Amino acid sequence: MSSVVTAKDLSLTFATSDGPVHALSEVNLEIEKGEFVSFIGPSGCGKTTFLRTIADLEDLTSGTLEINGMSAREARQARAYGYVFQAAALYPWRTIEKNIALPLEIMGYSKPERDKRIERTLDLVNLSGFAKKHPWQLSGGMQQRASIARALAFDADLLLMDEPFGALDEIVRDHLNEELLKLWRRTEKTICFVTHSIPEAVYLSTKIVVMSPRPGRVTDVIASTLPDERPLDIRETPEFLAIAARVREGLRAGHSYEE
Amino acid sequence: MSRLQTILALFAGFACIVAIALPYGQIADGQAMSWHYWPLLLVLLASIAALAVWFRGMPFAVAGGLAVLGGVVLMLLLPRIDLALTGYWAALVAMWTLAWLFAERLSLAIAGGEVAERPYGVLIPLMFGAAILTAWEAITLGANIPKILLPAPSAIWEVLLANIPVLAADFQQTFIKAVLIGYGLGCGVGFGVAIAIDRSPFLKAGLLPLGNFVSALPLVGIAPIMVMWFGFDWPSKAAVVVVMTFFPMLVNTIAGLNGSGEMERDLMRTYAAGYWHTLFKLRLPAAAPFIFNALKINSTLALIGAIVAEFFGTPIVGMGFRISSEIGKLNVEMVWAEIAMAAVAGSVFYWVVVLIERAVTFWHPSVRGGRA
Repeated sequence: MSSVVTAKDLSLTFATSDGPVHALSEVNLEIEKGEFVSFIGPSGCGKTTFLRTIADLEDLTSGTLEINGMSAREARQARAYGYVFQAAALYPWRTIEKNIALPLEIMGYSKPERDKRIERTLDLVNLSGFAKKHPWQLSGGMQQRASIARALAFDADLLLMDEPFGALDEIVRDHLNEELLKLWRRTEKTICFVTHSIPEAVYLSTKIVVMSPRPGRVTDVIASTLPDERPLDIRETPEFLAIAARVREGLRAGHSYEE
Repeated sequence: MSRLQTILALFAGFACIVAIALPYGQIADGQAMSWHYWPLLLVLLASIAALAVWFRGMPFAVAGGLAVLGGVVLMLLLPRIDLALTGYWAALVAMWTLAWLFAERLSLAIAGGEVAERPYGVLIPLMFGAAILTAWEAITLGANIPKILLPAPSAIWEVLLANIPVLAADFQQTFIKAVLIGYGLGCGVGFGVAIAIDRSPFLKAGLLPLGNFVSALPLVGIAPIMVMWFGFDWPSKAAVVVVMTFFPMLVNTIAGLNGSGEMERDLMRTYAAGYWHTLFKLRLPAAAPFIFNALKINSTLALIGAIVAEFFGTPIVGMGFRISSEIGKLNVEMVWAEIAMAAVAGSVFYWVVVLIERAVTFWHPSVRGGRA
């Protein structure tokens, strides 16, 4: 297996008026092709910052970061990843299909090719029939599915997801987690998924990266032993609970109670 | 039936009784007229009867019909008297109150879903406009208000009809040439400069204070200077309009260009989108509500600017010229006719901009009436 993301001694420091903030400190991580990696940790642990650094939305301070063997900037310019934000961030003046067409227009796909991809990705996220709707006519869960379709449309092998279901209620969230797993298996993408829900992380991932704050660092990397086929009730099995316990343990160890 | 409607009904009934009891007008020899005009008596009696029958919840059609009928009778009565007396004013108040009751009943009926919003909703502003004009006509003629102070609507209308070629020439000169061209140039340049300023921090430091400075110049100061620069004809007026409309457009467009969300812009970065893609596919559409705000503000500013600018040197045509020269001749009906034309032109202009805004920014919560 080839590695998609390789971080070596990656550090990122924000200069603020209160002095430097060490958002990431010496992160070493390797993400292989086809993995589903969750990043979990309390707020301020740098999980979102790490994802944004991979996406070249933040600049690293020291260390190296390679995506598909390129620097983060080159990878972004090569459109190597699709990014799903905390909110759907669909443009309200565009219909759902036009929103999915947005990256395709920017990347210069032809009209027939765009139509083909819109149809395929809408089908992938079960939104066929909503193509002509505007975002505000859809529920929050459907909007987030449309934003996933948008990130899938241009066939980047890497999907970066920053708490995509954080604002949704638990029932919708369970459903979307199930859908996401199916989608991941069908498309064989590499997915980096930021969350602060332990069950979500354990349910989805092949690898769970536990992070802790001040300075933001990786405290544990847990490879999941769960089978590929994961019905929702797998969450009651002892195996699942054991992994969840280890994640919780890692979170507790990384958390300092002195403050 | 709400308390307000009860009060309105009682008040209307009381006014009707006063109108019947007291003389309504005076003729040449000083004789007071009481019950000589049977249509008025009939309308008043019918109103009292209707108010008694439908004291709780008069149908809006009855209230509206009586108000319109009463208004017509009061207008027909005007030429028959020299001076209106208390009975006439009481009848006018009664009809006004009935018109108000009509509006209350109709809006209640629309809210309750008894009648459709379209076309019945239009009746309320129509009735309001008719009531204003009727009262205006009745007061100016009935109380013999000097026409210098306020001419009657009918007199203004007559002058307006008699002077259509003059008014058309004025409209052409001031609105079609000065306002529209100045508006287009001012908004266009403001928009272009905003884009340039947004692109370059150097321009931002230089041009924004300059724009601010220009907008702070008083209209009466720049108008004569523009006449010096661009001559007496419409180009100098258009130049004033450009100066007036430039800054609102500049400021609003800059605000709009910065109005797109952080996440939406990050999204464009993840696509490695260039400046122009980001501008056309995200920032300009997101700025549209701001830009239309400026277009709306400017639509009224432009007309004011062009008319006032004509007070400072102009050829012998134009709305501002006509107002200033006719008021000198104490020909106030003509002044009012110009004002009426300016009001209608300005409203239609504004309304057209609003229609375009609704078509373009249909997605904005303020237009589609939904949540964000």
